[in-house]
Amino acid sequence: MAEVTTKPSSSQPKGLPFRIRLEPRLEEPPSWFPALISLAAIVVALVFGGIVIFFSGGDPLRSYAHIAEASFGSIGVLSDTIVKATPILFTSLACVIAFRMKLWNIGAEGQFIMGAWGASLVVLWPILPAEASQWIFIPMMMLGGMLAGAIWGFIPGYLKAKLRVNEIISSLMMNYIAVAWVNFWIFAVWSEGGFQMTPKFPDNAWLPRLLDYAKSIPLLRGLTTHLGLLIGIVAAVILWFIIYRSRWGYEIRLIGDNPRAAQYAGINITRNTVLVLMVSGALAGLGGMSEVTGMVHRLQTSPIAAGYGFTGIIVAWLSKLNPLVAIVVSILFGALILAGREIQPSGIPKMIQGIILVCLIASDFLLRYRIRVVRNEEA
Amino acid sequence: MSEQPNAATLSSPNAPVVVEMRNIVKRFPGVLANDHVDFDLRRGEVHALLGENGAGKSTLMNVLAGLYRQESGIILVNGKQVHFSSPSDAIHSGIGMVHQHFMLVPTQSVTENILLGLNKPRYLMRLPDYDKIIQDLGERFGLKVDPRAKIWQLSVGEQQRVELLKMLYRGAEVLIMDEPTAVLAPTEIDSLFNTLRSMLREGKSVIFISHKLQEVMAIADRVTVLSKGKVTAAGIPTQQTSRQELARLMVGRDVVFQIDKKPQEPGEVVLSVEDVYADNDKGLPALQGVSFEVRAGEIVGLAGVAGNGQSELAQVVAGMRLCNQGCVKLNGEVICNKSALYGIQRGLAYIPEDRTLVGSAPNLSVTDNVIMKAYRKKPIAQGWMIDMGTARHFAQDLKDAYEIIVPNVETPVRLLSGGNLQRVILAREISGKPALMIAVQPTRGLDVGAIEGVHHLLLAQRDAGAAILLISEELEELLGMSDRTLVMYEGRIMGEVRETDLETIGLMMTGTPLDQIQGREGVKNG
Repeated sequence: MAEVTTKPSSSQPKGLPFRIRLEPRLEEPPSWFPALISLAAIVVALVFGGIVIFFSGGDPLRSYAHIAEASFGSIGVLSDTIVKATPILFTSLACVIAFRMKLWNIGAEGQFIMGAWGASLVVLWPILPAEASQWIFIPMMMLGGMLAGAIWGFIPGYLKAKLRVNEIISSLMMNYIAVAWVNFWIFAVWSEGGFQMTPKFPDNAWLPRLLDYAKSIPLLRGLTTHLGLLIGIVAAVILWFIIYRSRWGYEIRLIGDNPRAAQYAGINITRNTVLVLMVSGALAGLGGMSEVTGMVHRLQTSPIAAGYGFTGIIVAWLSKLNPLVAIVVSILFGALILAGREIQPSGIPKMIQGIILVCLIASDFLLRYRIRVVRNEEA
Repeated sequence: MSEQPNAATLSSPNAPVVVEMRNIVKRFPGVLANDHVDFDLRRGEVHALLGENGAGKSTLMNVLAGLYRQESGIILVNGKQVHFSSPSDAIHSGIGMVHQHFMLVPTQSVTENILLGLNKPRYLMRLPDYDKIIQDLGERFGLKVDPRAKIWQLSVGEQQRVELLKMLYRGAEVLIMDEPTAVLAPTEIDSLFNTLRSMLREGKSVIFISHKLQEVMAIADRVTVLSKGKVTAAGIPTQQTSRQELARLMVGRDVVFQIDKKPQEPGEVVLSVEDVYADNDKGLPALQGVSFEVRAGEIVGLAGVAGNGQSELAQVVAGMRLCNQGCVKLNGEVICNKSALYGIQRGLAYIPEDRTLVGSAPNLSVTDNVIMKAYRKKPIAQGWMIDMGTARHFAQDLKDAYEIIVPNVETPVRLLSGGNLQRVILAREISGKPALMIAVQPTRGLDVGAIEGVHHLLLAQRDAGAAILLISEELEELLGMSDRTLVMYEGRIMGEVRETDLETIGLMMTGTPLDQIQGREGVKNG
């Protein structure tokens, strides 16, 4: 009957006279340390990427130079980079606030799409007449986008808070519903001549762009950067204040770090779950509004449902859930996306994105542990 | 549970010794958990290991089961010295441990759990064959459980049987049971004891870790008592001892602490707990009709071995656990089954048992941790904002006043030592000038200096007129600090003592109500 599995393990590790040991850090590293580690991780990632480029027959240095030029080389491409970064900024902010409370909102994509739909509703229902002023249109469309996004965040939030439904699954599924919902409207209700898109919005319902001012400042000719960027930056600053300076933000941080301590401190976790996912949805929805009214100017699925919600997850993590850092990281990601169109083989920028991400996430480990080389006799 | 003639008949004093532990020393940071402990086990006997929480029972057995390695001392199995570096080494020598917290995969079947980690079967699981083997094994030892059932479908008692089967299947000759009855209902305890007896008949031996006297008397042949890491009674036959004697050996003899305490006339009733019933996390009754009062300016101690409902009581009062029946009043106002916030706003402070899991947010700064209850009020709250400058000053002041040793108030509290973290929590709770303070194990794991600091802080609160409910397993601390002490056992208050009669407290802690003890003495005297 006796089923003996392992022999007594008395064997000592052989080979090298030293071993590498990982030890948890007992002291907080200095404040510059995380930034240094992140920078080092990016350098390591670029080296790895360079090796891959080399073996696929390219010249790593020239490729990197090309990527840099294609996204930051002139004021024109810089503007394009920023246009690409704007939707990512919004979705990353949406993820930042949710992830702060350890609510894994994977539904920024759907909330973004619903935001675009909500803004379109203002124009196409029409809630406002086409000849209404731009300065009435913009706040109304913002409201429409945020409301639609918030509703899309409320559903998983409510299910999580009341019925303990896993928000990862429910928010993910809501993405598909959002796409189907928008498809219904652009096929059946707002279709332009049978195409899967709505008519173009009237000019009043466009967010102002830099090129609109080219008449007085010729330098701005052709620049498509739109008001969405400014809205995004303001949202990031407000979000920073909420997280670090407000009572509500304190509650969110406390719940995120230790829900039992939050409960002990008398904080209502149920209410905050719903609230945070609604705000998260509203931020993503605002992004959808910015994209549809600042960039696409009509509701259609192809350029709007482009995965910004998922990129936002990555950006939120890379910014260490800091809204201000998210502005910078979003622009870097905008650059990488733009570069993807410019260089061959086109897989390279995506791959570099991936390598950078893996290296950055892995580098986090070094903030918590340090590596020590120990002689065998010591151990 | 019946105190029927126990299994002593199965083993004789001449039975061969299967396990011998000599001079075992095991140290943890700041604690000497086992101080030159000797222990031996004969074939076919139940040897009980008795002691309070933290006496070193589990540590000693974890050494024997290969989970810890002793710093010095030797272990002999069947007369041969052994060195265990992992639990699988121990099971190879025939020693298996059933832990208090089961290590089972809930979604897998009984057979799968038993086979987990074994080399055979290697590629194909051939579960039906093994189901049969497990079933036969179970029948042999009176361990009835369906091998095909999934773990989550089983009751706690059945899960324990699976753990036992797991060890028997691996060929264990010596079974270590770590507080096996703590999780069981009374009827399940009886069937566990029957199982143990049938295992003894097959020549197995059992080490039974417990702090419940009547169980030890019912099942064990011999008993070794540990107190603060030292053996106070080595392998005495249960027939030659009494519950009184064991109780005294368990809690120790001498009160070391003498705490200076000003006499103070207690004031108005602040906390009144009226016939409270509540369940524990597993849904079993934890409180069964608890009633008492705490007045302003007095410390009421609550003694008892861990797991007798003290934590649940604290949680009910703090508004973090529902009470099924009865009510809790703070200054005459019902506070139970409201939110935790409701109590906080009415002057309730709570020092939870678990500093890191409940009492603090480890990755947030000292500042963020000390404003956990004050952030709703001015001057830290400014409308919907938090005035971080004021908050930092507040934290700085507390850091100085409570001598929290930390580089600066922006340091995350996970980097603080236990004593410092406890000071952070105490500083936070006391700074709210509470009417009622519940302190659960406020000095657990602290060094002597830190313990003294905590005691002074609590006494200062008492002198300032706060009502304090002190829950602790440290009897000396309780008796030194408290104006009166209640003893709790299985969710009931066994009685109240004012003077330090350790034997009486020991008996109450192990389940004898005070009136029975006094009744018996009355009979003796009369």
